[in-house]
Amino acid sequence: MDVLDLARWQFGITTVVHFFFVPFTISMAFLVAIMQSVWMRTKSERWLRLTKFFGKLLLINLAVGVVTGLVQEFQFGMNWSDFSRFVGDVFGAPLAMEALLAFYLESVFVGVWIFGWGRIPPKIHLTTIWVTAFGTLLSAYFILAANSFMQNPVGYEIDEAAGCAELTDIWAVLTNKVLLVTFPHTIFAAFMVGGGVVAAVAMWHLVRGARNPDDAAPGAPSDRGAFRTALRIGAVTVLIGGIGVAITGDTQGKVMTEVQPMKMASAEALYETAQPAPFSLFTVGTLDGSEALYSIEVPQLLSFLGTGSFDGQVEGINDLQAQYEELYGPGDYSPNIPVTYWTFRMMITMGGLAGLIALWQLWATRRGRVPASPWALRAAAVLPVLPLAGNAFGWIFTEMGRQPWLVFGLMRTESGISPSTSATTVFVSLAAFTVLYAGLTWLWVYLLLRHARPGLPDVTPTGGDAEPDQPDEADADKPLSFAY
Amino acid sequence: MESTTLWFLLIAVLWTGYLALEGFDFGVGLLTRRFARDDTERRVLINTIGPVWDGNEVWVITAVGATFAAFPEWYSTAWSAYYLPLLLILLALIGRGLAFEYRAKGDTDSWRRRWDLVIFVGSAVPAFVWGVILAGFVQGLPLDARHDFVGGWADLVTPYTLLGGVVTLALALLHGTHYVALKTVGDIRVRARRLAGRLAVPVGVVLAAFLAWTLLRDDTPSRLAAAGALVTVAAVAAGATAIARGREGWAFVATFAAVAGTAVTLFAALFPDVLPSTLDAANGLTTANASSSDYTLTVMTWVAVPFVPAVLIYQSWVYWMFRKRIGVQHIP
Ligand code: HDD
Ligand code: HEM
Ligand code: HEM
Repeated sequence: MDVLDLARWQFGITTVVHFFFVPFTISMAFLVAIMQSVWMRTKSERWLRLTKFFGKLLLINLAVGVVTGLVQEFQFGMNWSDFSRFVGDVFGAPLAMEALLAFYLESVFVGVWIFGWGRIPPKIHLTTIWVTAFGTLLSAYFILAANSFMQNPVGYEIDEAAGCAELTDIWAVLTNKVLLVTFPHTIFAAFMVGGGVVAAVAMWHLVRGARNPDDAAPGAPSDRGAFRTALRIGAVTVLIGGIGVAITGDTQGKVMTEVQPMKMASAEALYETAQPAPFSLFTVGTLDGSEALYSIEVPQLLSFLGTGSFDGQVEGINDLQAQYEELYGPGDYSPNIPVTYWTFRMMITMGGLAGLIALWQLWATRRGRVPASPWALRAAAVLPVLPLAGNAFGWIFTEMGRQPWLVFGLMRTESGISPSTSATTVFVSLAAFTVLYAGLTWLWVYLLLRHARPGLPDVTPTGGDAEPDQPDEADADKPLSFAY
Repeated sequence: MESTTLWFLLIAVLWTGYLALEGFDFGVGLLTRRFARDDTERRVLINTIGPVWDGNEVWVITAVGATFAAFPEWYSTAWSAYYLPLLLILLALIGRGLAFEYRAKGDTDSWRRRWDLVIFVGSAVPAFVWGVILAGFVQGLPLDARHDFVGGWADLVTPYTLLGGVVTLALALLHGTHYVALKTVGDIRVRARRLAGRLAVPVGVVLAAFLAWTLLRDDTPSRLAAAGALVTVAAVAAGATAIARGREGWAFVATFAAVAGTAVTLFAALFPDVLPSTLDAANGLTTANASSSDYTLTVMTWVAVPFVPAVLIYQSWVYWMFRKRIGVQHIP
């Protein structure tokens, strides 16, 4: 493998792993903020216990999200210095804004939230989790602005003398049409993850409680009510996320057909321009343009996805290849077709399955029922994994589908690499990050499971904060209600 | 002022903020090893920085993000040249961040002991390596005409840059010790004061040597750089006096000033270069040839003007919020 392959693997691995944690943080911060708000409103202890329980899972996840994000900030310079030189003028701006506007908010206020339990006035404490949640949205917006520039460069000019892109219109970058559809799609997809986690954990506890009523966790009866509520919140969140993702995804398809028609053609492995174009659910055989052995197709669906009309024309890979050769000179302008074909389908399938499970959960627990079959436990176990996988497939599709371009139409991936780094150096860091990330992903799963297993935390009266107390100088020697 | 100068200044401020804030929490991390006598004491130390360390770390993310936006060439050349040292820092910071959060989430002794080691190493490595890198900016690197690094380890790790590393490490330790004295009660506080007293002289000597070397590198050292050096040495002395009189707040302010003074010297010695070339002066990066377009700098200035002060305000508010000292009796 040469430097280029190693650097690509490194970016792919570190980013995909970062993005396991990101959607969890975004959605869970909001869900926990909502739970805490309801608690403040109703003063019902059940909501406090849910807040603390899922809050702990949020913190376990946040730690890995933050440390893996740190790596991202430096990677563009380490492995992709020619890319950074070329687009830094445009690309650096949203990155710096993200740090200044979003990361400070997130990190500073989540610290206050963690340590503020029982130490600061409850209203302010509640505000801190909302600010944190809002910070995650801002951060997603800015980083996606940077990414959308790579998908569809706007608001720039090429400075021929310096050989780099120059920002001419920041507003265009921040309202890139790709960004406007990518942002809601990514956020809805994130909510499928958080909703899935909440629903799954709640389901698992309910089913376990129903199967062996004797060894239920302490405080069992009220746990059941709380978990039932949590299950509803989680499952409904998954469904809302699923619907949102489908609607925004459909819009994305149209934008993509417009700005990167090659990606749409590759998503379907459509070699010849077709009108109308079908969408295949499944193909056996090779995807190299020869006849497929076996394929289930839905007629006209691709036309609809790409153009909004059931008999719109969708350009095929061969035509586009010819056009691009004319525009950009000889070369291969199609991405890795099997990867784009399958990741696109897997993204949708994973999300669809998660939606079905959520629906089933709502149905199976209607009017006080609790299913007790082992299948209910299995469904709970896969529920959070499905949207996570969907997110990963979505990104792999988006990023691999952009190839061979790094910045669409402006810079090819091989031109973005750092000229001064050797393959050995990149290999060392690739190995180090891979091992470390495998370890921390394992640790993340282990700790999440470990802290999700023992039911809801006890908050009365020894827990000390059933009634949020005002900071009180008199009991200065009271132990902290939260400490590392 | 020219916008490139303004951005150089802002980046210097962000680095100063980083060194001064994360500096003390690196110092606290260093103290968890020998200084803390048992697990409870270690927890006291960790909890003095619990609510704030993550916010402190964002200063470097912002410094780097701002470098990317304002001086893309500096960002590109520096991080591809300092690839492996940076890798060390990243690995250390990853471990350290996880350790704070995860140390209390298991319940065996060996679980905690392992994370304790990670906290120590994760604090020591970046505290040292950042110094090597920042001193390296002043020293310069062999860059070719495309501004690409063409050297090897021997250009990154030199006596001067190593001393730079020792300086940031030593400052972090002293600064962290003052912080602990300021933020704790009981026996830990007393021991922290004593330790700070013993550290002052060696730290002062190392600092003075490094700053003098930095000034002497230039035939005509800038006045600002010299002033920074004087402030630093005076601040270390003032800190020692303050701590001897039990004025921990002032001692902490003093080491804060010492860190700031050191940063002033480094960045003043660097300006108007951002990364000089040791091969041919013409290959070096300066605020002029490494910068973004005027338009980008203007946009970023509009963003920085309201938000940098806003960050300062709410971050200070958090320090105020958690101003109470903690001691072993507070650990649940
Ligand atoms: C759609 C959202 C999204 C995407 C595409 C990315 N991130 Fe991220 N990132 C977040 C959303 C996010 C977040 C939700 O804001 C995180 C996750 C956990 C956290 O604390 O914040 C975060 C954390 C995080 C941090 C640590 C912040 C801190 O200390 O608080 C950094 C430095 C980055 N990210 C940088 C990046 C870069 C350079 C990316 C591009 C390759 C990237 N992230 C992709
Ligand atoms: C977090 C979500 C993201 C995921 C999961 C993701 C995934 C990937 C993957 C899998 C690759 C490798 C593609 C290949 O080698 O063929 C890649 C490449 C790349 N992505 Fe993304 N990406 C994400 C976000 C971003 C963002 C936000 C940016 C920019 C700010 C970005 C910039 C890049 C760059 C520079 C490459 C270069 C390597 C290459 O194209 O091979 N990515 N990404
Ligand atoms: C009907 C369902 C869906 C459709 C039509 C759809 C469509 C799309 C399209 C067209 C893209 C590529 C955008 C581009 O490269 O310009 C995309 C990307 C993506 N998808 Fe989906 N999607 C669907 C479901 C899902 C689900 C269920 C998830 C996750 C749970 C998901 C997560 C993502 C992610 C994370 C990306 C990459 C970021 C982005 O470009 O927005 N999608 N989707």
